[in-house]
Amino acid sequence: MTEQIREVSYAGPDEDPAHDWGHLAEMRVDPIGLFQRVYDECGDIGRFRLAGKDVVLVYGADAQEQFFRAPESTLDQAAAYPFMTPIFGKGVVFDASPEERQQMLKNQALRGDLMRGHASTIEAEIRRMVADWGDEGEIDLLDWFAELTIYTTSACLIGKPFREELDSSFARHYHELERGTDAIAYVDPYADIESFRIRDAAREKLVGLVQGIIERRQQRGPVAREDRDLLDVLISIDMTADYITGIFISMMFAGHHTSSGTASWALIELMRNPDVMKDVVAELDDLYADGSEVSFQALRSIPRLEAALKETLRLHPPLIILMRVVQEEIELAGHRVQPGTVVAASPRVSNRIAEDFPEPDLFDPGRYLDPRQEDLQNRWTWIPFGAGKHRCVGNAFAMMQMKAIFSVILRDYEFEMAQPPETYRDDVSKMVIQLAQPCRVRYRRRQT
Amino acid sequence: MSADLGLCQGHQMCQGEAPDVFGFDDATDRVVVLDEHPDESRRRDVKAAVQYCPAMALALEEE
Repeated sequence: MTEQIREVSYAGPDEDPAHDWGHLAEMRVDPIGLFQRVYDECGDIGRFRLAGKDVVLVYGADAQEQFFRAPESTLDQAAAYPFMTPIFGKGVVFDASPEERQQMLKNQALRGDLMRGHASTIEAEIRRMVADWGDEGEIDLLDWFAELTIYTTSACLIGKPFREELDSSFARHYHELERGTDAIAYVDPYADIESFRIRDAAREKLVGLVQGIIERRQQRGPVAREDRDLLDVLISIDMTADYITGIFISMMFAGHHTSSGTASWALIELMRNPDVMKDVVAELDDLYADGSEVSFQALRSIPRLEAALKETLRLHPPLIILMRVVQEEIELAGHRVQPGTVVAASPRVSNRIAEDFPEPDLFDPGRYLDPRQEDLQNRWTWIPFGAGKHRCVGNAFAMMQMKAIFSVILRDYEFEMAQPPETYRDDVSKMVIQLAQPCRVRYRRRQT
Repeated sequence: MSADLGLCQGHQMCQGEAPDVFGFDDATDRVVVLDEHPDESRRRDVKAAVQYCPAMALALEEE
């Protein structure tokens, strides 16, 4: 019974008890503070109230292992994210089952042997994005990386012909969708609030853009098999623009804001830690001194850069909470939890548990070197990619993409903060967290 | 050398690192550990396989 699981306190006065919204207001302002307080007050299992429902949060290797190992039939992922339904569109699945994920790996874009092609695609996209940079200038990290990762995810996951039809307007509308993830969705995903109206208008615009692409393809007529992409396949089976757009949105969702945010934070942490930056740049200069290709090296070991990326992911996991809905009774941390309850783990809090990660707030890439290997040592609590059956199926792709991005930009440019270091922060007011603007950075071409 | 088949997602990355130590069962889409006691000379590749396994499904225990 969840009543026996300790409920976390309220940060402020218990707001609007008439609605029984519980901790929803705090979740919309300071979710990290809420999840941290559950750990501080309740330990390895505690709960908070979200719009009339209990959310049970588990912490620590034992309880998190139970959570992550549970099969889909016990803990269901899809039902836990009601804010995604209006984004993907009704009838488009939130996430594939573990079996379907397996098929995706075998047949499609994330297959290991396709990675090399993806690496060179990504390199080309980065070079296009920096082509008009000149010798020096300033960028907004959120705008820049969000646009880059629209091009890389669409080119790699959907196809190059489709990507060639996109410009920054697609990235802008996609971003508006991501902003439409207010936790109010736990009360009503279609509530009449501004961010949801913008979300729905953005989705309409994306459908319009895809409709235009479909019409151009229909006028063009069939092309040779090797020139077809996923869009041609979906058109050939008479799917509507609305449904196709939903599929594309869902395919790109897991890889977009996550990669964009991680690239931004990695650059911020490298600028905040000049010694680490120096080491990483020296490593890259050394690695590429023989003229080898990014598409080759990004698939291989780049230890210092990898450690810096892992440490970025530990401190700034793109998803701060991972949720499931209990389908059949499960035991977690000594408590039986009933069907219908939402259970969750928080990567943001777990990744900074001091018992597993000494000096948890310190940016220290040395954690991942032999013999510490704090990621492998703590495989149930070092969880930027989740863990277990649902562990991010795109993590190898994501790491390759990060290595490709930094292999290009750190060898050609130097970066410095265009604002005080502590002013780079996340906007956590939506379930999809993003860098708060302004988040400006200056670049200058390196002198060789 | 051990593999947790409950975690393996069938990425087959380990085969790239050490094909003599890791095989693949097409029927179950899971890794097969071909050599549970790899020779000391294989340490480097086996460690890389453990480190880069996208599912964190591999573990190396010292004897």
